[in-house]
Amino acid sequence: MVSKVTNVTSLTRSGLSDFVIQRVSAVLMAVYTLCVLGFFVANPDMTHARLVGYFGSTPMVLFSTLTVLATAAHAWIGMWTVGTDYIRPHYFGRHHTAFRLTYQAGCLGLLFVYVAWALQLFWSL
Amino acid sequence: MQVSVYRYNPEVDEVPQMRDMSVDLPPGKDLMVLDVLELLKAQDPTLSYRRSCREGVCGSDGINMNGRNGLACITPVSEVAKRGKLILRPLPGLPVVRDLIVDMSQFYAQYEKIKPYLINDRPAPAQERLQSPEERAELDGLYECILCACCSTACPSFWWNPDKFIGPAGLLQAYRFLADSRDTATAERLAELDDPFSVFRCRGIMNCVNVCPKGLNPTRAIGKIRTMLLQAGT
Repeated sequence: MVSKVTNVTSLTRSGLSDFVIQRVSAVLMAVYTLCVLGFFVANPDMTHARLVGYFGSTPMVLFSTLTVLATAAHAWIGMWTVGTDYIRPHYFGRHHTAFRLTYQAGCLGLLFVYVAWALQLFWSL
Repeated sequence: MQVSVYRYNPEVDEVPQMRDMSVDLPPGKDLMVLDVLELLKAQDPTLSYRRSCREGVCGSDGINMNGRNGLACITPVSEVAKRGKLILRPLPGLPVVRDLIVDMSQFYAQYEKIKPYLINDRPAPAQERLQSPEERAELDGLYECILCACCSTACPSFWWNPDKFIGPAGLLQAYRFLADSRDTATAERLAELDDPFSVFRCRGIMNCVNVCPKGLNPTRAIGKIRTMLLQAGT
């Protein structure tokens, strides 16, 4: 009736930690978005050199890296929650665990590609 | 009045079905939905539902009326009927025993999980454990829950994970004991709740607040549990 709550594939295995990480990463992403938007608004006559100069500066590379990692953590907690909500026996039958693991592996793979791609981009500026 | 009622007798029916019935309502009176059910039962005695006190105290007749959970005995027909039609279904998300009667085992199992009783390891005083009026006031809005299950069965998180997510009713009671000055098991209670499902599966959509027939606020209680977990864990 009442399952022992297992959470092997959640990010930190603690509901509280996942909750805090999700909230802090959301704030970080919001601040980053404001910084980037502010930069574009303040520079209506944008040039490629100015763009590279802004994103290539050491503080911005570090901030971008932090935001990409925060986005990945945020996305994993969200996708894990969606998967454990909907990929359940009533919809996916007795093979639901296989479906869920495949979905989680797919999400992880995609996140890895996005993180690697973004880091390569930011650190090559 | 046209009434569409969910009918299912697992001994006879292969699948559940909605059956249309009609009932004559006395003119000039706004009956409660439970009164309409009684009139329907007079027509068809096989119609099954739970009821007891008929005044919103026992919590037996929680059903889904035109898509909204509530207690049939204190819900006026005029409040839920749309275009002169009443649609009655069992509480969503729980297995149906028959017609409007659901199996509440899962709901009670989650309630049991939060240890809904005072735990106090201090020696018992000669008479009783006293509370100040302020300490007692902390329990207002919590102790009034009648466990009708209207809130938990309106919660998608409880539909998807009824075996892992405690649900709004259970969590309201969890906070009722966390907030009680006479309880000494706060740390143990919080430790039981710090996993990704028990509390944190609540996404704060407030369906529970919307349907609670006693006007309680489980979302606020869940927020307070989160704050307590945060204070204990950081």
